[in-house]
Amino acid sequence: MELVLALGIGFLVSSGVWLILRPRTYQVIIGLSLLSYAVNLFIFSMGRLVVDRPPVLPGAGTVDPAAYADPLPQALVLTAIVIGFATTALFLVVLLAARGLTGTDHVDGREPER
Amino acid sequence: MAPEHLIIAPIIIPLVAGALLLLFDDRERRLKATISMLTAVALLVVSIALLRITHADGVADDGRVVVYLLGNWPPPFAIVLVLDRLSAMMLVLTAVISLPSLLFAAGRWNKAGPHYHTLFLFLLMGLNGAFLTGDLFNLFVFFEVMLAASYGLMLHGSGTQRVRAGLHYIAMNLLAALLFLIGVAMIYGVTGTLNMADLSLRIPHVAPENQMLLEAGAAILGIAFLIKAGMWPLAFWLPTAYTAAPAPVAAIFAIMTKVGVYVILRLSPLFFDGTGSSVSGFGANFLFVGGMATIVFGTIGVLASQALGRLAGFSVLVSSGTLLAAMGLLQVDVTAGALYYLASSTLAVSALFLLIELVERGQDAVANVLAVTMEAFGEGEEDEEFDEEVGVAIPGTLALLGISFAVCGILVAGFPPLSGFVAKFVMLTAALNPVGMGNGGEISSMAWWFSAMLIISGFAAMISISRAGIRAFWAPVEENVPRVLLVEIIPVGVLLALTLAITIQAGPIMRFMEATAASLHDPRSYVEGVMQAPRVERATPEAGQ
Repeated sequence: MELVLALGIGFLVSSGVWLILRPRTYQVIIGLSLLSYAVNLFIFSMGRLVVDRPPVLPGAGTVDPAAYADPLPQALVLTAIVIGFATTALFLVVLLAARGLTGTDHVDGREPER
Repeated sequence: MAPEHLIIAPIIIPLVAGALLLLFDDRERRLKATISMLTAVALLVVSIALLRITHADGVADDGRVVVYLLGNWPPPFAIVLVLDRLSAMMLVLTAVISLPSLLFAAGRWNKAGPHYHTLFLFLLMGLNGAFLTGDLFNLFVFFEVMLAASYGLMLHGSGTQRVRAGLHYIAMNLLAALLFLIGVAMIYGVTGTLNMADLSLRIPHVAPENQMLLEAGAAILGIAFLIKAGMWPLAFWLPTAYTAAPAPVAAIFAIMTKVGVYVILRLSPLFFDGTGSSVSGFGANFLFVGGMATIVFGTIGVLASQALGRLAGFSVLVSSGTLLAAMGLLQVDVTAGALYYLASSTLAVSALFLLIELVERGQDAVANVLAVTMEAFGEGEEDEEFDEEVGVAIPGTLALLGISFAVCGILVAGFPPLSGFVAKFVMLTAALNPVGMGNGGEISSMAWWFSAMLIISGFAAMISISRAGIRAFWAPVEENVPRVLLVEIIPVGVLLALTLAITIQAGPIMRFMEATAASLHDPRSYVEGVMQAPRVERATPEAGQ
């Protein structure tokens, strides 16, 4: 499972980095989205990968922490998803505004001279 | 009311006021400007009250660390707000800068787009939250609040140039946010906590095999803050973005680079000053070299700038670089000088951004941008709207602008007699007397390099600013005297008067900065203050009756 997750994160990051280095704004925003998925998975994995263990402790009494998943990264990931989604949406609006104002979807707002 | 509850006020007040402003129609600008100005005054009062809680002048105590437990969990758990000297000082600085900026915007800029004041207040909320929080992930959240508001403000008024610069600004900051998250996640993965004080206790005991991971996490986190602080080579977006931003927004952005500096100032001693641990001093050399490179880059940029706006943008870089390099020296006295420099340079650069817009209004370039801005907003309200504005156009405009510009130049370059000089003098004295005045002691080569760069960057700033001043004020200007409203020149005057005030009061302020620097470099009182913060006992039914 670790290998699959690591490979998944790796693919997402490498595609994301390649895309944000591209000259078109659409590629940049897709790249940023892929990177943020990768980061979300990464945060999640920092709580250690476990299967079939609940993150919520059952009321009072002492319990064995090893039988439970770490709930904190899950909470962090939720926050990160929401914030990342909102800022990416905002970026999308700016991207469209730039397209409308400059008439091109190049990140510098003008086509490179050939 | 217990002082503990006052701590949350700098976050709550702008949040409530900003939300309240959404209820009013955007045409009621005067009402909105009044409300947001009152909010800024309230923030100033609160932050001065908080400053007085943390530091009583003349009392040689450790300084109080006041902790606010959100949710009333015992300290290592849940989120805490922590107030100490440094955060109180940053709060005061934010409030002090926001007030002139709002006043300036009331002149004409708040007409250039919707929801200016709401965004501005949310920006203040994010800034204050970032200064107060004692939790790494909460810091991320407040960073995002601040940045989201800053995107809106940066694009305020629209226009091609601004949207183009905004696109780069947002893309850079989204990337920085992702790096921030990776860094936080790695640190959590190694230590199992996000509370800064708790981290400070746990980092020295990290197992050797995990140390590499921890350092990588801290380095990635550091990159996120250095992008904000504008360290070379992460700063190419900064001059363009700050130049394109509307003047009052650029003035408040002057403190946003300082947020990055603040976080590094806060975290690096907490994480890597643990005596005897093998990770102590991590990153200091990198900060020093990076800071020096930033000064060089900023100085070259200042010299090469044709437009006044870019000159101010590169001055921001020089001041960031100076602060980072000073931190890299790891000397308490240098840090004290750097803190004073932080206050002085923020005020000066803020005034410079406001002033430049006024000066350039006489020249055609920016007047055109403004006209385009108004047009893009789609309202045909032009001159007649300006005429019935709050203030009157002042006479002798050029003389007043010229004097203010000269004062700004003196401040930025660090010439006597103003606070820029005091700040640089303190840093130089401390760097060249590592074991105290007159005690001799070996002067490190780093200190020599630092001193040289400090002086060269000041010299370059003076050359560049006097050149720009000659071009702007001594050129024939019969037809192009800028129209300046009273509410637009007063903020500049207030900011410059404040730098004069901190020059005159340099003694007590330096004592404060020295105490702040000492407690920064020895964060035990901070850590103990947070970890031993008492919970509020739940009120029993008997007590309630």
